[in-house]
Amino acid sequence: MKSASVVSAPAASRRWVGAAVPRKEDEALLTGRARFIDDLAPLPGLTFAAILRSPHAHARILGIDVRRALALPGVRGVVTGREIAEVIGPIASVVRAPFAYYPIALDRVRYVGEPVAVVVADSRYIAEDACELIDVGYEPLPAVADLASARAPGAPLLHDNTTSNVISRRTFRYGDPESAFAAADRIFEFSYSYPRYASTPMETFGVIAHFERAPDRYTVWSNFQGPFVIQPLMAGALRVPGHRLRLITPPASGGSFGIKQAVLSYIVLLAAVSRKVGLPVKWIEDRAEHLSAASAASDRLGSVAAAFRNDGKLLALKFHNVANMGAYIRPPEPASLYRMHAASNGSYAVENIAVENELVVTNTTPVGLNRGYGGPQFYFALERVMEIAARGLGIDPAELRRRNFIPADRFPYRAPAGAVFDSGDYPRALDELLRIADYEGLQRRREQARRDGRLFGIGFAAGVEPSGSNMAYVSLAQTAEERSRGERKSGANASAVLQVDPSGQVTLRICSTPNGQGHATVAAQIVADALGLDPADIDVVTDIDTLTSAWSIASGNYSNRFAAIVVDAVAKSARQVADKIRLMAAEALDATPEEIDLSDGYARVRGSNRALPFRKVAARAHWDPAGLPPGTAPGIVETAVVSPPLLGSPDVKDRVASATTFGFVVDLAAVEIDRATGILHIEKYASVHDVGTQLNPKIVEGQVHGGFAHGLGAALFEELAYDEQGNFLSGTFADYLCPTAMEVPPLDVGHIETVSPANALGAKGMGDGSSMLTPAAIANAVADALGRDDVTLPLTLQRVWALANGREYERAAPGRRATPRRTRVSGGALNGGGEIVLSAPIAEVWRRLLDPNELSAIVPGCRTLRQEGNDRYVAEVTIGVAGIRGTYGVTIDLRDRREGQSVRFVGKATGALGFGTGSGLVTLQAEPDGRTRLHYEYEAEVGGKVAAVGQRMLGSVVRFLLAQFFDALEHRIHGRRRAWWHSLRAWRTLLRG
Amino acid sequence: MSVQTCLAGQKATIELTLNGQRRSGKAEPRLLLCDFLRHELQAFGVHVGCEHGICGACTVLVDGRAVRSCTQYAVQADGRDIVTVEGLAEAGTMNALQRAFAKHHALQCGYCTPGILCSATHFLRETPAPTEREVRDMLSGHICRCTGYASIVAAILEAADAVSRGA
Ligand code: FES
Ligand code: FES
Repeated sequence: MKSASVVSAPAASRRWVGAAVPRKEDEALLTGRARFIDDLAPLPGLTFAAILRSPHAHARILGIDVRRALALPGVRGVVTGREIAEVIGPIASVVRAPFAYYPIALDRVRYVGEPVAVVVADSRYIAEDACELIDVGYEPLPAVADLASARAPGAPLLHDNTTSNVISRRTFRYGDPESAFAAADRIFEFSYSYPRYASTPMETFGVIAHFERAPDRYTVWSNFQGPFVIQPLMAGALRVPGHRLRLITPPASGGSFGIKQAVLSYIVLLAAVSRKVGLPVKWIEDRAEHLSAASAASDRLGSVAAAFRNDGKLLALKFHNVANMGAYIRPPEPASLYRMHAASNGSYAVENIAVENELVVTNTTPVGLNRGYGGPQFYFALERVMEIAARGLGIDPAELRRRNFIPADRFPYRAPAGAVFDSGDYPRALDELLRIADYEGLQRRREQARRDGRLFGIGFAAGVEPSGSNMAYVSLAQTAEERSRGERKSGANASAVLQVDPSGQVTLRICSTPNGQGHATVAAQIVADALGLDPADIDVVTDIDTLTSAWSIASGNYSNRFAAIVVDAVAKSARQVADKIRLMAAEALDATPEEIDLSDGYARVRGSNRALPFRKVAARAHWDPAGLPPGTAPGIVETAVVSPPLLGSPDVKDRVASATTFGFVVDLAAVEIDRATGILHIEKYASVHDVGTQLNPKIVEGQVHGGFAHGLGAALFEELAYDEQGNFLSGTFADYLCPTAMEVPPLDVGHIETVSPANALGAKGMGDGSSMLTPAAIANAVADALGRDDVTLPLTLQRVWALANGREYERAAPGRRATPRRTRVSGGALNGGGEIVLSAPIAEVWRRLLDPNELSAIVPGCRTLRQEGNDRYVAEVTIGVAGIRGTYGVTIDLRDRREGQSVRFVGKATGALGFGTGSGLVTLQAEPDGRTRLHYEYEAEVGGKVAAVGQRMLGSVVRFLLAQFFDALEHRIHGRRRAWWHSLRAWRTLLRG
Repeated sequence: MSVQTCLAGQKATIELTLNGQRRSGKAEPRLLLCDFLRHELQAFGVHVGCEHGICGACTVLVDGRAVRSCTQYAVQADGRDIVTVEGLAEAGTMNALQRAFAKHHALQCGYCTPGILCSATHFLRETPAPTEREVRDMLSGHICRCTGYASIVAAILEAADAVSRGA
């Protein structure tokens, strides 16, 4: 990088960059003063929204009756999908899809959790109450919840006007893969399915939307994180010119890891709601909504083949990737499939590559950005097949990788699919890894363990970490021909505005919307070095207001873009200010600008004691413009906008320089598995990174540890699970298990540094790397320990146990066709039975059981119950499952009625929070003492939110409700409450049932 | 209306001590303590991460004990002494625990942090010289998605050390 005529601070004079400077952000966060989206009330008269969501994976909406909801005091409006569609259009996508994406269902729901209506009320409590009063008629349709069933011939289709759920198929070829495969000594193949998971930031989505007229315009506060290339798409959907959709982010954001990109759907939805109800509206997502319906990393089916020479030389790779987009394609998808594409060679010097990509829609939540974005899936394929090949070739897996790494003297390296790797020394990083992990010692332990009959395994994973994405890479989803018809895209703009005010105080504005990565601290370090100030004296604004910020399409926080690109803009703006200060100081101190050093808050003439305080020099630009050197603009506001020149458009051969910097990560995992229990113990985890210059080593370390925890969660615990009918099963943090401090093992981190030529600091983007490679490294270690290759994530206790004991893992494997089954493991199905002795004769019990007045008194939570005809009851019942309280419309039919002996109740329940069907057979028997023995058996299935949150509690809730029911029945018989020990006894009987 | 006689739909007056000050506010019987503290008393340092008692982000000190404010009703806090993250140190300062968090980079987004600080405060009072395992055990009631926990463990151990040395 050349600098302007004035010499910038050379690397050697850096004082702050590279130091573990404490974070500027911390004190506000540690004392509870930082402000997040739900802390803001930027407008008077805010109202609060709650969203009614689909309990069905796939259903036609027959009708929505909002009258009862509207009648609830405090409700200010209810808006349905159809009404929303009056004021918005669909949200555009990158690929031409044969269907539209709206942020709310119009007449068909396609995944559990899809918004159906929005209630606006004086409080969120009231809004949630009102959701329950909306009556939606659904006609359930067959659903496809996983990739294999969605792709199967004759599968139910999600969208009209389509002939398949596979909505795009693209093939790519680089070099000559066919010949390379034909010439290979050995070919290794690996097929896999990769689960769906999400990084679940601790703060959920939040939006405050405000519509105003004359002219029509929207202002929306939200914890959106970019990429702001989506802003024009949102404005388009809202049918206003870009500048009439003003987006504002709060000063603090509680994590994102990519996920908060998906806030975009709610920005559009709530903006439209605000317009419809004519009020400013705040919506804060709850955790159950977040888990079921926010976003996720795309789950995949895939296969990979690798062609090798006997000596271990990798000749060619062939990938088949099938990516689950969820029910719609929400921008920037299908980018997850293309993020790694230009680097399909991983860290290896392999010239021949074939890729086939398929995008599939299923009855699941739309996917989007998530930490590592496409990397974890890609490396699971590549690094698993490398490990399999190593075993097949009889070459140590570390050595096999070393033989194929891009040699250190070939950087910058142009990868076959177009990525330009800026710098690297992969063999040196591997050496460092083997050293810090004590690979030899681990190998000895493995030998010893195996001699003892124990299961011990070691696994590696290595890969590049693309950072600072080229905005154009997503268009690889289109053919070169399609691309040539559209507007050309390229680059990745970043801006920095550095301002020195009349009192000489420095403020930097960058559009990087961090979610905890410490951008303000690092940016201040860079500016402090350039201006000779202390970082503590430099204020940094990182949030965006699209009306006043120097934003552009690449703004935001994703693809590790801060350290790859944003820092370059910061450094440039700081250089511009430094140049100006030097010019003014030179004039005042009678020297040349080249002689001026900026340090310790002073502008000094080098080699003399002439100096002026920085602030004083800077203030002159405001107070005395006439006295400035000729040609110097008054004031100090310097804007720098950069886009890495390397990032061009994709060429006709589908090659693209997809990212600005390519860090490198190489990991080793060693595990021991207890065959008897399935407990997996991580004996060693070591990770070596090349992030170029470490701008702030503390922050780098934090990112490595955090990324590792995400990778670990993906490897061992986390899955957003659906059953075969598309019921969502992971709706609470009790069902979706994030690693806690007890599960995260010690992590040994090492670094090597190859300075990046891509920016002025020599830094590379980082933060994703560990999350990309940890799942593959752990899977490799487990495969090594067990001596089997069919290792599927997450490696839960049950799964590891099954693998270690040669059993089938019992949760339905993806790929099985959806057929309703009645087992406890298939989502919301449950069954049971039991008996109880009631202290009344048969005739009385029989009468009470069938009397609507009696029933309405004894059915738990019964609000109304009436008889329709002889054999049908219609009721409204309120029941809570796992804290999810809901009201259900229930119909019960009496069948197989044998007077005074037995009867079958067949029921159906539907409510805002879920639905269920069930049947129960009740048989009565006379006891010798005149009492009645009641025997019952039931089976039921539930779906919707209840299935998502209640999994682990459903059985006990049903037993509890039955206990209440019989307790009440007995109470009616006696006309008084039974003693508590009676209840307890009934309970015990029932719990055994 | 007193807490005892307040019915659904009506609002009771809750009086409590928040961070050393007498405060009062109105709450329906079903209003969660976290919502009351945040939106009624403006203690925005109380964060809500799950509303179902698992993530620990909403943890506050009630009469000195760490409590998840999303699993309590506001009416249960009537007459209690509540400390939130805002009250852990005097305004404009940080205590030894908070300083240790900053030093060890034990927070990134900081959303989980207030709850962890409150739990750790209670924990360190009862376990002034904890082992790493005890710290991790206590921490396992909190989810942090950013840090991977190692830095939090280090910070709490250092704070324990500092407190026991009387620093
Ligand atoms: S918000 Fe209370 S425990 Fe998660
Ligand atoms: S610091 Fe972000 S969740 Fe803990």
